[in-house]
Amino acid sequence: MAKRKLIELAHARSGDKGDTANVGIIARRPEYYPILVREVTAERVKKHFEGVCLGEVERFEIPNLGALNFLLHESLDGGGTLALKADPQGKTYSSALLRMEIDVD
Amino acid sequence: MIRIANGQGFWGDSLEAPAMQVRRGPIDYLTLDYLAEITMSILQKQRSRDPKAGYARDFVDMIADVLPDLIARRVRVIANAGGVNPAACRDAVLAIAKRQGIDVKVATVAGDDIMGRLDDLFARGIELNNMETGEPLSTIRDRVQSANVYFGAFPVAAALARGAQIVITGRVTDTGLALAPMIHEFQWKADDWNKLAAGTIAGHTVECGAQCTGGNCQVDWAEIPNMADIGYPIIEAEPDGTFTITKHAGTGGRVTVASVKEQLLYEMGDPREYITPDCIADFTTIHLEQCGPDRVRFSGIRGRPATPFYKVSVSYSAGFKAIGSLVYAWPDAYRKARAADQILRRRLDRLGLKFDAIRTEFLGANACHGIPLAEPAPDMEPRLAEVVLRVGVRSNDRAAVERFTKEIAPLALNGPPVVTGLGSGRPRVEEVVAYWPALIPKTEVKPEVSIWPSEN
Repeated sequence: MAKRKLIELAHARSGDKGDTANVGIIARRPEYYPILVREVTAERVKKHFEGVCLGEVERFEIPNLGALNFLLHESLDGGGTLALKADPQGKTYSSALLRMEIDVD
Repeated sequence: MIRIANGQGFWGDSLEAPAMQVRRGPIDYLTLDYLAEITMSILQKQRSRDPKAGYARDFVDMIADVLPDLIARRVRVIANAGGVNPAACRDAVLAIAKRQGIDVKVATVAGDDIMGRLDDLFARGIELNNMETGEPLSTIRDRVQSANVYFGAFPVAAALARGAQIVITGRVTDTGLALAPMIHEFQWKADDWNKLAAGTIAGHTVECGAQCTGGNCQVDWAEIPNMADIGYPIIEAEPDGTFTITKHAGTGGRVTVASVKEQLLYEMGDPREYITPDCIADFTTIHLEQCGPDRVRFSGIRGRPATPFYKVSVSYSAGFKAIGSLVYAWPDAYRKARAADQILRRRLDRLGLKFDAIRTEFLGANACHGIPLAEPAPDMEPRLAEVVLRVGVRSNDRAAVERFTKEIAPLALNGPPVVTGLGSGRPRVEEVVAYWPALIPKTEVKPEVSIWPSEN
């Protein structure tokens, strides 16, 4: 097992719905997808966003796109216009997730 | 096959994009999205001051520029530029056509504005509960600024069937703008769930403009060609529900499976349950194929029956906020910005100011990704070239927010050193207009389609 940064294996996009951010990650090669499924669990994502995501993390698998979608509840300081954050729509959470270090065979 | 172009991903997108879509290659339909969730409240305020206002002026200016080309090239336009006053938007477009000596049929889709019906709806037991908190809308009734139902594609398709060359709508879903021409041209039925889902996913792919053609694309952004002249997306739709996403030849950017996948994931919830007024689309059924340079083909899409509800977007006044900033330069930029924040907060406490929320961020250190993910390492911290101290407050008490805006600037002279960034003076106090999502039974609202000049 070797440690790799997720950004080497995946690309990503994020957006918002109210106080919930979504982060989608996409395998850069088909053979990376099972690694993402195994390593990037909802629990790990919740821990990764400690201090940012105050609610639950949900994960959805989209195998046909080689992608995982995460919903990070209570992550946007109230969301939308209520938020005082520089990034009230969580647009930069995509690359925040790609900082994660994972084990690769 | 029909070509449906997107020329505007949000109100504030490129002013050049619609004309590019019309002039730089063949298209049949031009769709434009002008409405964000908070836009409706701004437009509602404009209309309360002037009964002829309340729609997207940018759209009318754009039509003035491209109308002769639209007619010559037989391009039909669908835009939710009507805001809270589609009739006034139509009149402005017709006035331009008259001035240019052009005959054009313009339709409006209205009926989405339920602002004036709220008390009637409450009286009949329709509470418009907040989809996130469950609270009834009556709890904030006196603060409501706008209330609009999201209609789908069918009323727009009806306007096209009546010969409209320009369709101006109020609140219609972004996906509905692109799906409507497919329903009209291919005679899709209200229960053709797989086809409606395909058209919906086509609409989702292009609804953010260049965000599917290489804009804001992380896969290999530095390699994307000629972003200065980035092409906006075009759907080549087939009657069987398959379609290809592409862009005009000779434009910049890139359409690849990777660029399209990023947009598919944008603002996604449960991928099996993408709910619109027209259908429920299942993103786990999409098959993508690169079928040529800048061409991605979609097939296999499946959908399920629509729900009996429309989504309602309510905006309401939720207090005031102000955000101020100062720039601290090397050495010890981050340490000084943190010290300034603590000094500021002690002063705010001494003044007895109470806020519903106060938040400090350090741009250049950790603002976007937060602590601990982006916290600078101890050896890095003293070397940061600069850090922006950014402090925001929110309160129902406007006076408290006002007072806060007067406490930032003094720090430049009476706080930690080597500080700048006061150029724009005191921060502005803004009214916070918040968003309240709800559902309403479809039987409670009827889209109103009208066409001008009238058919007889």
